[in-house]
Amino acid sequence: MSHESASEAHHAHSHGHEAGHGSFKGYMTGFILSVILTAIPFWLVMAGVLESKLLTAVLVMGIGVVQILVHMIYFLHMNPRSEGGWTLMALIFTLIIVGIALAGSLWVMHHLNANMMPMTQEMMKNMP
Amino acid sequence: MSATQVQETEKPQFYLTEEHHPENSTMLGFWIYLMSDCLIFAVLFATHGVLGRSYAAGPSPADLFDLGLVAFNTAMLLLSSITYGFAMLQMERGAKMETLVWLAVTGLFGATFLGVELYEFHHLILEGAGPTRSAFLSSFFTLVGTHGLHVTFGTIWLITLMMQVGKHGLTPENRRRLMCLSMFWHFLDVIWIGVFSFVYLLGVLG
Repeated sequence: MSHESASEAHHAHSHGHEAGHGSFKGYMTGFILSVILTAIPFWLVMAGVLESKLLTAVLVMGIGVVQILVHMIYFLHMNPRSEGGWTLMALIFTLIIVGIALAGSLWVMHHLNANMMPMTQEMMKNMP
Repeated sequence: MSATQVQETEKPQFYLTEEHHPENSTMLGFWIYLMSDCLIFAVLFATHGVLGRSYAAGPSPADLFDLGLVAFNTAMLLLSSITYGFAMLQMERGAKMETLVWLAVTGLFGATFLGVELYEFHHLILEGAGPTRSAFLSSFFTLVGTHGLHVTFGTIWLITLMMQVGKHGLTPENRRRLMCLSMFWHFLDVIWIGVFSFVYLLGVLG
Protein backbone atom coordinates (compact mmCIF):
# COMPACT_ATOMS: atom_id res chain seq x y z
CA MET A 1 0.00 0.00 0.00
CA SER A 2 2.71 2.43 0.99
CA HIS A 3 4.63 1.38 -2.09
CA GLU A 4 1.57 2.12 -4.23
CA SER A 5 1.02 5.57 -2.82
CA ALA A 6 4.72 6.28 -3.19
CA SER A 7 4.67 5.23 -6.81
CA GLU A 8 1.52 7.32 -7.26
CA ALA A 9 3.25 10.41 -5.90
CA HIS A 10 6.30 9.62 -7.97
CA HIS A 11 4.07 9.29 -10.99
CA ALA A 12 2.53 12.71 -10.42
CA HIS A 13 6.00 14.20 -10.10
CA SER A 14 7.36 12.74 -13.28
CA HIS A 15 4.35 13.22 -15.48
CA GLY A 16 5.19 12.35 -19.05
CA HIS A 17 8.06 9.98 -18.44
CA GLU A 18 6.17 7.49 -20.53
CA ALA A 19 4.62 8.29 -23.86
CA GLY A 20 0.86 8.19 -24.15
CA HIS A 21 -1.14 9.91 -21.50
CA GLY A 22 -3.87 10.72 -23.94
CA SER A 23 -7.51 11.37 -23.27
CA PHE A 24 -10.53 10.65 -25.44
CA LYS A 25 -11.03 14.38 -25.89
CA GLY A 26 -7.39 14.86 -26.92
CA TYR A 27 -7.53 12.09 -29.53
CA MET A 28 -10.84 13.39 -30.95
CA THR A 29 -9.50 16.97 -31.13
CA GLY A 30 -6.44 15.72 -32.98
CA PHE A 31 -8.54 13.58 -35.30
CA ILE A 32 -10.99 16.35 -36.24
CA LEU A 33 -8.16 18.85 -36.80
CA SER A 34 -6.34 16.27 -38.95
CA VAL A 35 -9.44 15.59 -41.07
CA ILE A 36 -9.86 19.32 -41.73
CA LEU A 37 -6.15 19.81 -42.42
CA THR A 38 -6.16 16.83 -44.82
CA ALA A 39 -9.34 17.86 -46.63
CA ILE A 40 -8.18 21.42 -47.39
CA PRO A 41 -5.03 20.55 -49.42
CA PHE A 42 -6.81 17.76 -51.35
CA TRP A 43 -9.64 20.19 -52.14
CA LEU A 44 -7.20 22.91 -53.19
CA VAL A 45 -5.46 20.61 -55.68
CA MET A 46 -8.35 18.42 -56.90
CA ALA A 47 -10.79 21.29 -57.45
CA GLY A 48 -8.07 23.65 -58.68
CA VAL A 49 -9.40 26.40 -56.44
CA LEU A 50 -6.55 28.88 -56.79
CA GLU A 51 -5.16 30.36 -60.00
CA SER A 52 -1.59 30.51 -58.72
CA LYS A 53 0.22 27.16 -58.59
CA LEU A 54 2.91 28.63 -56.37
CA LEU A 55 0.38 29.81 -53.78
CA THR A 56 -1.35 26.40 -53.83
CA ALA A 57 2.00 24.63 -53.34
CA VAL A 58 2.96 26.90 -50.44
CA LEU A 59 -0.45 26.37 -48.82
CA VAL A 60 -0.28 22.56 -49.25
CA MET A 61 3.16 22.38 -47.63
CA GLY A 62 2.23 24.89 -44.91
CA ILE A 63 -0.93 22.99 -43.96
CA GLY A 64 1.14 19.77 -44.02
CA VAL A 65 3.54 21.23 -41.44
CA VAL A 66 0.61 22.32 -39.24
CA GLN A 67 -0.88 18.82 -39.45
CA ILE A 68 2.45 17.26 -38.46
CA LEU A 69 2.45 19.52 -35.38
CA VAL A 70 -1.15 18.47 -34.58
CA HIS A 71 -0.13 14.79 -34.79
CA MET A 72 2.88 15.35 -32.56
CA ILE A 73 0.87 17.11 -29.88
CA TYR A 74 -2.37 15.08 -29.85
CA PHE A 75 -1.24 11.61 -31.01
CA LEU A 76 2.44 11.36 -30.00
CA HIS A 77 1.81 13.42 -26.81
CA MET A 78 5.00 15.39 -27.29
CA ASN A 79 5.76 17.93 -24.61
CA PRO A 80 8.95 19.72 -23.65
CA ARG A 81 9.13 17.93 -20.29
CA SER A 82 8.89 14.28 -21.38
CA GLU A 83 11.98 12.22 -20.47
CA GLY A 84 13.52 15.28 -18.85
CA GLY A 85 13.52 17.16 -22.15
CA TRP A 86 15.55 14.57 -24.05
CA THR A 87 12.83 13.68 -26.56
CA LEU A 88 12.58 17.35 -27.50
CA MET A 89 16.37 17.61 -27.76
CA ALA A 90 16.47 14.55 -30.05
CA LEU A 91 13.64 16.02 -32.12
CA ILE A 92 15.34 19.40 -32.53
CA PHE A 93 18.62 17.72 -33.48
CA THR A 94 16.80 15.58 -36.05
CA LEU A 95 14.96 18.59 -37.49
CA ILE A 96 18.27 20.44 -37.94
CA ILE A 97 19.80 17.45 -39.79
CA VAL A 98 16.63 17.01 -41.87
CA GLY A 99 16.68 20.72 -42.73
CA ILE A 100 20.32 20.57 -43.81
CA ALA A 101 19.78 17.39 -45.85
CA LEU A 102 16.64 18.66 -47.61
CA ALA A 103 17.61 22.29 -48.20
CA GLY A 104 21.21 21.40 -49.05
CA SER A 105 20.28 18.66 -51.56
CA LEU A 106 17.67 20.75 -53.32
CA TRP A 107 19.90 23.82 -53.43
CA VAL A 108 23.04 22.06 -54.67
CA MET A 109 21.24 19.89 -57.20
CA HIS A 110 19.28 22.86 -58.52
CA HIS A 111 22.51 24.71 -59.23
CA LEU A 112 24.05 21.61 -60.81
CA ASN A 113 21.01 21.30 -63.05
CA ALA A 114 21.26 24.95 -64.01
CA ASN A 115 24.93 24.49 -64.95
CA MET A 116 24.29 21.33 -66.96
CA MET A 117 22.31 23.22 -69.61
CA PRO A 118 23.51 22.42 -73.14
CA MET A 119 26.42 24.63 -74.08
CA THR A 120 26.17 27.14 -76.89
CA GLN A 121 28.84 27.61 -79.58
CA GLU A 122 29.91 30.80 -77.82
CA MET A 123 30.45 28.95 -74.53
CA MET A 124 32.39 26.19 -76.30
CA LYS A 125 34.80 28.76 -77.76
CA ASN A 126 35.43 30.25 -74.35
CA MET A 127 36.23 26.91 -72.77
CA PRO A 128 39.76 26.83 -71.34
CA MET B 1 44.05 23.15 6.02
CA SER B 2 41.33 25.73 5.97
CA ALA B 3 40.23 24.53 2.54
CA THR B 4 39.60 21.00 3.76
CA GLN B 5 37.65 22.39 6.70
CA VAL B 6 35.38 24.25 4.36
CA GLN B 7 34.81 21.07 2.41
CA GLU B 8 33.88 19.20 5.53
CA THR B 9 31.51 21.81 6.90
CA GLU B 10 29.71 22.69 3.68
CA LYS B 11 28.87 19.44 1.98
CA PRO B 12 29.26 20.04 -1.73
CA GLN B 13 25.94 19.89 -3.55
CA PHE B 14 26.22 18.11 -6.84
CA TYR B 15 23.96 18.53 -9.82
CA LEU B 16 22.45 15.09 -9.23
CA THR B 17 20.44 16.10 -6.17
CA GLU B 18 17.29 17.37 -7.88
CA GLU B 19 17.61 15.37 -11.05
CA HIS B 20 14.83 12.95 -11.80
CA HIS B 21 16.08 9.92 -13.64
CA PRO B 22 13.43 8.08 -15.62
CA GLU B 23 13.35 4.52 -14.37
CA ASN B 24 12.46 3.20 -17.79
CA SER B 25 14.39 4.54 -20.74
CA THR B 26 12.80 2.30 -23.37
CA MET B 27 10.57 5.12 -24.56
CA LEU B 28 13.49 7.49 -25.05
CA GLY B 29 15.47 4.81 -26.85
CA PHE B 30 12.56 4.06 -29.12
CA TRP B 31 12.09 7.76 -29.79
CA ILE B 32 15.73 8.01 -30.87
CA TYR B 33 15.19 5.05 -33.21
CA LEU B 34 12.20 6.90 -34.70
CA MET B 35 14.33 10.01 -35.18
CA SER B 36 16.94 7.95 -37.05
CA ASP B 37 14.13 6.53 -39.18
CA CYS B 38 13.11 10.13 -39.78
CA LEU B 39 16.57 10.74 -41.28
CA ILE B 40 16.10 7.81 -43.69
CA PHE B 41 12.86 9.34 -44.88
CA ALA B 42 14.44 12.81 -45.08
CA VAL B 43 17.08 11.43 -47.46
CA LEU B 44 14.41 9.72 -49.56
CA PHE B 45 12.33 12.92 -49.64
CA ALA B 46 15.41 14.88 -50.70
CA THR B 47 16.07 12.31 -53.47
CA HIS B 48 12.51 12.66 -54.67
CA GLY B 49 12.80 16.43 -54.47
CA VAL B 50 15.82 16.29 -56.78
CA LEU B 51 14.61 13.58 -59.21
CA GLY B 52 10.85 14.17 -58.99
CA ARG B 53 10.70 16.24 -62.20
CA SER B 54 12.92 14.00 -64.33
CA TYR B 55 10.31 12.13 -66.35
CA ALA B 56 12.66 10.90 -69.14
CA ALA B 57 9.88 11.75 -71.63
CA GLY B 58 7.68 9.34 -69.68
CA PRO B 59 4.45 9.86 -67.75
CA SER B 60 4.20 12.70 -65.21
CA PRO B 61 2.42 12.55 -61.83
CA ALA B 62 -0.66 14.23 -63.33
CA ASP B 63 -0.94 11.35 -65.84
CA LEU B 64 -0.46 8.61 -63.27
CA PHE B 65 -1.84 9.48 -59.84
CA ASP B 66 -5.46 8.99 -58.87
CA LEU B 67 -5.90 11.53 -56.07
CA GLY B 68 -9.23 9.99 -55.05
CA LEU B 69 -7.40 6.75 -54.24
CA VAL B 70 -4.71 8.67 -52.34
CA ALA B 71 -7.37 10.52 -50.33
CA PHE B 72 -8.98 7.16 -49.49
CA ASN B 73 -5.61 5.79 -48.34
CA THR B 74 -4.96 8.90 -46.27
CA ALA B 75 -8.32 8.41 -44.58
CA MET B 76 -7.46 4.75 -43.86
CA LEU B 77 -4.19 5.68 -42.17
CA LEU B 78 -5.75 8.54 -40.20
CA LEU B 79 -8.58 6.27 -39.01
CA SER B 80 -6.05 3.61 -37.99
CA SER B 81 -4.23 6.28 -35.96
CA ILE B 82 -7.34 7.26 -34.01
CA THR B 83 -8.40 3.63 -33.43
CA TYR B 84 -4.90 2.88 -32.10
CA GLY B 85 -5.44 5.84 -29.77
CA PHE B 86 -8.66 4.24 -28.57
CA ALA B 87 -6.80 0.97 -28.00
CA MET B 88 -4.30 2.85 -25.83
CA LEU B 89 -7.12 4.44 -23.81
CA GLN B 90 -8.65 0.99 -23.21
CA MET B 91 -5.21 -0.31 -22.23
CA GLU B 92 -4.88 2.42 -19.61
CA ARG B 93 -8.30 1.39 -18.25
CA GLY B 94 -7.00 -2.19 -18.12
CA ALA B 95 -9.72 -3.54 -20.41
CA LYS B 96 -8.08 -6.39 -22.28
CA MET B 97 -10.92 -7.36 -24.61
CA GLU B 98 -11.68 -3.78 -25.73
CA THR B 99 -7.95 -3.18 -26.33
CA LEU B 100 -7.80 -6.25 -28.55
CA VAL B 101 -10.90 -5.17 -30.49
CA TRP B 102 -9.49 -1.69 -31.21
CA LEU B 103 -6.12 -3.20 -32.14
CA ALA B 104 -7.91 -5.51 -34.58
CA VAL B 105 -9.76 -2.53 -36.11
CA THR B 106 -6.42 -0.70 -36.44
CA GLY B 107 -4.92 -3.75 -38.14
CA LEU B 108 -7.81 -3.88 -40.62
CA PHE B 109 -7.34 -0.22 -41.55
CA GLY B 110 -3.60 -0.81 -41.92
CA ALA B 111 -4.19 -3.86 -44.12
CA THR B 112 -6.67 -1.88 -46.28
CA PHE B 113 -4.04 0.83 -46.71
CA LEU B 114 -1.49 -1.76 -47.81
CA GLY B 115 -3.96 -3.46 -50.16
CA VAL B 116 -4.79 -0.16 -51.90
CA GLU B 117 -1.11 0.76 -52.14
CA LEU B 118 -0.21 -2.61 -53.66
CA TYR B 119 -3.10 -2.21 -56.12
CA GLU B 120 -1.76 1.23 -57.06
CA PHE B 121 1.80 -0.09 -57.56
CA HIS B 122 0.53 -3.06 -59.58
CA HIS B 123 -1.57 -0.74 -61.73
CA LEU B 124 1.40 1.60 -62.35
CA ILE B 125 3.71 -1.26 -63.32
CA LEU B 126 1.09 -2.71 -65.69
CA GLU B 127 0.80 0.71 -67.34
CA GLY B 128 4.52 0.59 -68.04
CA ALA B 129 5.27 3.11 -65.29
CA GLY B 130 7.42 0.82 -63.16
CA PRO B 131 10.43 1.91 -61.11
CA THR B 132 12.71 1.48 -64.14
CA ARG B 133 10.80 3.91 -66.37
CA SER B 134 12.28 7.22 -65.17
CA ALA B 135 14.20 8.82 -62.32
CA PHE B 136 10.92 10.25 -61.05
CA LEU B 137 9.35 6.79 -60.82
CA SER B 138 12.48 5.25 -59.24
CA SER B 139 12.46 7.79 -56.43
CA PHE B 140 8.66 7.55 -56.11
CA PHE B 141 8.69 3.78 -55.69
CA THR B 142 11.61 3.95 -53.25
CA LEU B 143 10.02 6.58 -51.02
CA VAL B 144 6.43 5.30 -51.03
CA GLY B 145 7.63 1.69 -50.98
CA THR B 146 9.79 2.30 -47.90
CA HIS B 147 6.80 3.82 -46.13
CA GLY B 148 4.66 0.85 -47.20
CA LEU B 149 7.33 -1.54 -45.91
CA HIS B 150 7.20 0.23 -42.53
CA VAL B 151 3.41 -0.16 -42.44
CA THR B 152 3.83 -3.85 -43.32
CA PHE B 153 6.21 -4.44 -40.44
CA GLY B 154 3.99 -2.35 -38.16
CA THR B 155 1.06 -4.61 -39.05
CA ILE B 156 3.11 -7.75 -38.36
CA TRP B 157 4.17 -6.23 -35.01
CA LEU B 158 0.52 -5.39 -34.27
CA ILE B 159 -0.61 -8.98 -34.90
CA THR B 160 2.26 -10.30 -32.75
CA LEU B 161 1.28 -7.98 -29.89
CA MET B 162 -2.39 -8.97 -30.19
CA MET B 163 -1.35 -12.60 -29.68
CA GLN B 164 0.89 -11.60 -26.75
CA VAL B 165 -1.88 -9.60 -25.08
CA GLY B 166 -4.36 -12.39 -25.77
CA LYS B 167 -2.08 -14.96 -24.13
CA HIS B 168 -0.48 -13.02 -21.27
CA GLY B 169 -2.85 -10.10 -20.75
CA LEU B 170 -1.96 -6.44 -20.22
CA THR B 171 1.25 -7.07 -18.31
CA PRO B 172 3.72 -4.19 -17.80
CA GLU B 173 5.90 -5.64 -20.59
CA ASN B 174 2.99 -5.76 -23.01
CA ARG B 175 1.94 -2.23 -22.07
CA ARG B 176 5.45 -1.01 -22.82
CA ARG B 177 5.43 -2.81 -26.18
CA LEU B 178 2.02 -1.39 -27.04
CA MET B 179 3.31 2.11 -26.24
CA CYS B 180 6.31 1.63 -28.54
CA LEU B 181 4.07 0.42 -31.35
CA SER B 182 1.78 3.39 -30.67
CA MET B 183 4.68 5.77 -31.29
CA PHE B 184 5.73 3.81 -34.39
CA TRP B 185 2.21 3.83 -35.82
CA HIS B 186 1.58 7.55 -35.25
CA PHE B 187 5.05 8.27 -36.65
CA LEU B 188 4.14 6.46 -39.89
CA ASP B 189 1.05 8.63 -40.15
CA VAL B 190 3.24 11.72 -39.74
CA ILE B 191 5.51 10.51 -42.58
CA TRP B 192 2.42 9.89 -44.73
CA ILE B 193 1.44 13.57 -44.33
CA GLY B 194 4.74 14.42 -46.03
CA VAL B 195 4.16 11.78 -48.73
CA PHE B 196 0.68 12.89 -49.76
CA SER B 197 1.53 16.61 -49.57
CA PHE B 198 4.93 16.56 -51.23
CA VAL B 199 4.78 13.58 -53.60
CA TYR B 200 1.15 13.29 -54.63
CA LEU B 201 -0.42 16.76 -54.30
CA LEU B 202 2.59 18.82 -55.38
CA GLY B 203 3.37 16.22 -58.07
CA VAL B 204 -0.09 16.48 -59.62
CA LEU B 205 0.05 20.25 -59.28
CA GLY B 206 3.13 20.16 -61.55
